[in-house]
Amino acid sequence: MPSLIGFYSLALGSSLSFLIIFFSIKNFRNSKIFDSRIIFFSFLQLLLVSISFLGLIISFINSDFSNETVFNHSHTTKPLFYKISGTWGNHEGSLLLWLLVLTLFIFLFIIKSQRQPTQYRILTLLFQQVIIVGFFVFLLKSSSPFNYIFPIPQEGLGLNPILQDPALAIHPPILYLGYVGSSIIFSSALSATCLNYISKEWASHIKQWVLISWIFLTLGILLGSIWAYYELGWGGFWFWDPVENVSLMPWLALTTLVHCILALEKRSILTSWVVVLSISTFTLSMCGTFLVRSGILNSVHTFANDPERGLFILIFLFSLIFLSLFVFFFFHKENRKIDSSIFLISKETSIIINNWFMMYFLSVILIGTVYPIFLEVISSEKISVGPPFYNKLIAPFLIPFMFVMALGPKLKWIKSDIKNKIYLFIFFLISLLLSILIIKNLEINFLLNTLLVSLAFYLFFLTLRDFFVMKYKNLSQTIAHFGFSLFILSILFNNIFTTEIITNLKVGETYTSQKFNIKFENLNQKQGQNFKSIVGKFTIVNSKGKIETLEPELRIYNQPNITTSEADIRTNLLSDRFITMNTVQNKDYFNIRYQIKPFMIWIWLSILLIATGGFLSLFKKKYEN
Amino acid sequence: MKYLRFFTIIFFIFVSQISNALENNLEIKITKNLRCLICQGQSVHDSDSEFANSIKTLVSQKLDEGFTEKEIYSFLKDKYGEWILYNPEFNKNTYFLWLLPILMFLLGGAIIYKLFIFKKKKLY
Amino acid sequence: MKIKSVPLIVSLLFITFFIIFFKGLKNSNIYVPNINYEKEIPSFTTQFFDTNIKINSDEIFKEDYYYLINIWSSWCLPCREEHRFLMELNNENNLKIIGFNYKDNIKDAKKFLDELKNPYSKIFLDKDGLIAIEWGAYGVPESFLIYNKKIIKKVIGPLNTNFVDEIKRLIK
Repeated sequence: MPSLIGFYSLALGSSLSFLIIFFSIKNFRNSKIFDSRIIFFSFLQLLLVSISFLGLIISFINSDFSNETVFNHSHTTKPLFYKISGTWGNHEGSLLLWLLVLTLFIFLFIIKSQRQPTQYRILTLLFQQVIIVGFFVFLLKSSSPFNYIFPIPQEGLGLNPILQDPALAIHPPILYLGYVGSSIIFSSALSATCLNYISKEWASHIKQWVLISWIFLTLGILLGSIWAYYELGWGGFWFWDPVENVSLMPWLALTTLVHCILALEKRSILTSWVVVLSISTFTLSMCGTFLVRSGILNSVHTFANDPERGLFILIFLFSLIFLSLFVFFFFHKENRKIDSSIFLISKETSIIINNWFMMYFLSVILIGTVYPIFLEVISSEKISVGPPFYNKLIAPFLIPFMFVMALGPKLKWIKSDIKNKIYLFIFFLISLLLSILIIKNLEINFLLNTLLVSLAFYLFFLTLRDFFVMKYKNLSQTIAHFGFSLFILSILFNNIFTTEIITNLKVGETYTSQKFNIKFENLNQKQGQNFKSIVGKFTIVNSKGKIETLEPELRIYNQPNITTSEADIRTNLLSDRFITMNTVQNKDYFNIRYQIKPFMIWIWLSILLIATGGFLSLFKKKYEN
Repeated sequence: MKYLRFFTIIFFIFVSQISNALENNLEIKITKNLRCLICQGQSVHDSDSEFANSIKTLVSQKLDEGFTEKEIYSFLKDKYGEWILYNPEFNKNTYFLWLLPILMFLLGGAIIYKLFIFKKKKLY
Repeated sequence: MKIKSVPLIVSLLFITFFIIFFKGLKNSNIYVPNINYEKEIPSFTTQFFDTNIKINSDEIFKEDYYYLINIWSSWCLPCREEHRFLMELNNENNLKIIGFNYKDNIKDAKKFLDELKNPYSKIFLDKDGLIAIEWGAYGVPESFLIYNKKIIKKVIGPLNTNFVDEIKRLIK
């Protein structure tokens, strides 16, 4: 029953799009005041999609297996929390969530943009409706979450156990808020281009949306990484896997946009560039959806995929691309009256250099991700592009990038100089010395690592100083940049100093190394709601005599019948101790993987800091300085 | 400067605490650069499949026999194809992969140079 | 002219992307290694299943004769399924089936053969899975048809009626 209501309200919601489009076009012609009927219909559409989504959630809670989506992804013994999160843990449900957020955001946009020109608001709504209609068609035609099956099965197939996790339960909604937020930027940029409204006013109005989507995208990626870190059992948090890359690409584009929209707001420069970025942010999100859902790429993060759905998203994606290309080339005019001269040493220059590097990073990731597809189509050869490729092409470029990032905020708009700033030089020397001291005895690439570490330190110290010197001025920027330096530092030290051993142990045996002993104490059994688990108890004694007990698990889920390995992690400010165990075919010992990962927690905290920086600047009226 | 010194000291203590005795460094590096054919999307190092375990044994054995990193890669490439390498070699298949990003970087630089630096000269 | 060429180039570029993605959709995303049929079979040292005698692979394979290499294990369920096809192929006169017992417990393996009969003319041990790597195999079961020290057919996963017919045709 809820499933039926869900379906009809979805169908009804889709028909409302025609009403909205009809009234919008009518309103657009005589655009003195915004037609309140449009607001009403938009609200109604939001309401209907919400009902539909709620219907799906209720079907999941009730384990209504007459619904195909519920049957495929749920099970009666699953805990309630994962029954609910299972709603968006699958293709159909997640698309419905997309649609829900789309309708929610456009409604918010309409009521929040009352000070903007009416024509611009209507046109933005129209462009957004194009996207909404696309999603409606996709949902109703090829990915309906409300398919009926008869005879009704007794039991569902269950949700993949690795998705039964709190971080992954909230990861998709937050990520979609980011993706969909970028759709507002997309529609708004197209409409502003058509009306020649790309201006300071537009910039300060759309900046809010840019920041909001950026914050959600940042948090969404963070949650995904945390999940990968403790759930996938190898102790890594970023693998340059295609699915990870496709979320990073819109993030990079958004981050670039966050910076250069300031230049537009302040000086009316870089207009075309802002439009291109606004368009590409959402296009990249859609491109990511295509790459993930179509199954064109091979990834650890499984998603039920289907080439036919892929084809739909592909056509939809390219329709959007060609629509925006048309709008851009046909309507966009660079405003030549405004003085757009830029001095070499100025904030503008630093923003442009930031954009240049960000685009380079983006192109590395884009090329690395899609290149295997291109190569296979053209020459039918298959290759893999993995972490070494990205590390090699990105790491060296971080050095100048961080340098500009450290100095850029010190510069003023229009024209600036760097006289009497000896401290900048002294700080650099300190950072360099410090990193040489750290790196010199290690068997790693000396030059690259020293430079990376010292530049990260440089940025770290300079932003740290800003906290005390600038106090509350530009706090958001200082926090975000400080967070970034902390992020790079933690990742570098994490990479350089990780200790990792893989060994085979029987119960009662001890692994001994110079730094620690691992004793496999015993095995216990435990019973969860929908799994049985075997818990190993390990005592680890380090060289200083500190004793720690870690208890990794092997979980055998009932439906689907899958065994997962649950890591046990002990965290403190200095390092994480991470242990997993796995059975070995036909052997009575277990495969034990133990890692000491320094500064793990700082990686998460620094990303939170970066997001906090964005959050704070939401409350700022205008860019200072 | 007082804060700075304080933080420097703190950080230095942090870092020096962790001594660096990486065990089987090269072996880990090699197995991380190999892609597992069973769980396609994980590296051999990260995977616990039978295949990955065999490859791990193979790598450590080959290292003991005195094989170099490159020789191990080419041995496995010979058996399973280029796909198994996460670090694509620089050959006719991958010229574009390696060079295109660099080209994009140079192109970006050129555009910036042309749009902003030249304009300035004209104005003054 | 110059200004108009930019939209044209960009559009063409995106059309190319579209075509490539469109074609890419049809390719499978699961990688299966190609085999080089021209190459000689690998050379390695192995050990008999039930004795400790070591043997070099060059001594196992004679020219001008068909061999079916089968990598199997008692713990692998598909191996159980394909076993009857191996028994069927065992009746062919000019084909010898050679088993490689993959990462197995010898006791279990013997029980497996006692239960289902032994189709292999010789069985060798592959305790660590290293010989499977020499063959370029990555799972169990996998089978290779060999003639003149060259691989002429490779089957990943269990054999089935189609494969058996094909092998019979190839060795005729």
